[in-house]
Amino acid sequence: MKAAREKRLPQSGTESFNVDKVRRDFPILKERVHGKPLVYLDNGATSQKPQVVIDALNRYYKSENSNIHRGVHYLSERATANYEAAREKIRQFINAERGNEIIFVRGTTEAINLVAQSYGRSFLKTDDEIVISAMEHHSNIVPWQILCGQIGARLRVVPINHDGEFVLDEYRRLLNESTKLVSLTHVSNALGSIVPVKEAVRLAHERAIPVLLDGAQAVPHFKVDVQDIGCDFYAFSGHKLFGPTGVGVLYGKAELLDAMPPYQGGGDMISLVTFEKTHYNVLPYKFEAGTPNIAGGIGLGAAIDYLNGFNWDEVCAHESDLLAYATNALSEIESIRIIGSAKDKAGVLSFVSDHIHAHDVGTILDQEGVAIRAGHHCAMPVMQRFGVPATARASFAFYNNRDDVDVLVRGIHRVLKVFS
Amino acid sequence: MSELDELYQEVILDHNKSPRNFREIVDANRRSEGYNPLCGDHVTVFVNLADGVIRDISFKGSGCAISKASASMMTTELKGKSETEAERVFDTVHKMLTGEMGVEESDLERLGKLKILSGVCKFPARVKCASLAWHTMNAALKGSDKVSSTE
Repeated sequence: MKAAREKRLPQSGTESFNVDKVRRDFPILKERVHGKPLVYLDNGATSQKPQVVIDALNRYYKSENSNIHRGVHYLSERATANYEAAREKIRQFINAERGNEIIFVRGTTEAINLVAQSYGRSFLKTDDEIVISAMEHHSNIVPWQILCGQIGARLRVVPINHDGEFVLDEYRRLLNESTKLVSLTHVSNALGSIVPVKEAVRLAHERAIPVLLDGAQAVPHFKVDVQDIGCDFYAFSGHKLFGPTGVGVLYGKAELLDAMPPYQGGGDMISLVTFEKTHYNVLPYKFEAGTPNIAGGIGLGAAIDYLNGFNWDEVCAHESDLLAYATNALSEIESIRIIGSAKDKAGVLSFVSDHIHAHDVGTILDQEGVAIRAGHHCAMPVMQRFGVPATARASFAFYNNRDDVDVLVRGIHRVLKVFS
Repeated sequence: MSELDELYQEVILDHNKSPRNFREIVDANRRSEGYNPLCGDHVTVFVNLADGVIRDISFKGSGCAISKASASMMTTELKGKSETEAERVFDTVHKMLTGEMGVEESDLERLGKLKILSGVCKFPARVKCASLAWHTMNAALKGSDKVSSTE
């Protein structure tokens, strides 16, 4: 920790990553809250949007709005082309092999529900086991509990250690001949711990068990290559990746998606409908019933274009510097305790005070213009694991800087003063 | 006084630090549970009601300073009050917390120390914290076995 502070980098970030310039791309960062400059540290909940994404949404509704895959008119063709171009951008972004392996969904939650209901109900049966970890978001717990209730399967949970790290040995022990699916978070939303997913996938594949990864908290922080990881499904949300809300992605290997029945029925997902029988459309449309969030998809494409303008090694270096700086600063405050000290961490600093509730911390920080999340972060089992009702969570994006951390620290001191 | 100072007044901080009547009444003839699942505040209110009078009232649970102080102040104010009086206080507090118009000045005066809780209405996200114990108490008096929530 000390070393991180001694290695202090200039305020503007790493040598070539210019955080001041990046901040100018995000108009909301100029806002004031309760008369104070906004310090946005709730990126784990949702990220802010660069002007180029806002412009893309505006442009779409102003001059391109039309339904896709239907009309023969100019606007419809243009909307279709732009929407499909976004799919291709996403494919390249996560290095999927084929474009038809990218399914547009509402978000990570819908992606996981899709796999649970379509894959799970078709290929799992009574007494089969589904393995998740103790630090899943509720969206990677509840869909499996619903499935277990429907088919009589069992949920098995990989524990985490006191630092909030995934225990690989326990995971290895949990895998057995009954395990038919593994579904793990890539990065914990409550603790920031990075799960060794490549190794987890390798171990599952030794037993031919497919693996879904919840990448909602991973893609905003580092490059993800689904072919390199080898996972069978990968889910993430657009709004945490600097894109719009209401759009997300399910990546799935084509051979699995092909074998799966549709998740929802309706328009766009069919090739022929008669009252006797319906023939389903090909991938990815089989899983995209109804008019999708067209503007959202195009906006997400714009966010990815924007992200492609960065050198991700520099982004990662800036973020780890920031996390080390913040960890160090918060460690020096005696009456608070950091929850989650995994060796591999991304973007999240959860903390508690033994005598001050996280909501009081959140309200007082808000008065200082600092937006953090206070609560259980939709990960109640993580709170139970650490024996706390809630934590205060500061979560970072690459547009955050050391000034943001300094304001946070000053705010925490104000909280302590109020409750002194 | 800033809005924040109005919210975290000395009295509230004191009730948070040393909550009054923070215990279980083992032989309570009324009890009810309140839970706000989104924020995690959890309270159980115990009441001993005899001849329409609150002979004893207490609470247990965990939550933020606002929820704890509100529950603690509620127990000190309601002890010895009749069921009807308690319901009237509940109505007034509810209106005061939600910033609803039409609270009679005389009712507000009757609240005494509880008026301190009025700072909460400037913080819409925290109204649910302050009102949880009150709704739970109301449910206890009505003999409801449903878990109360103010979210």
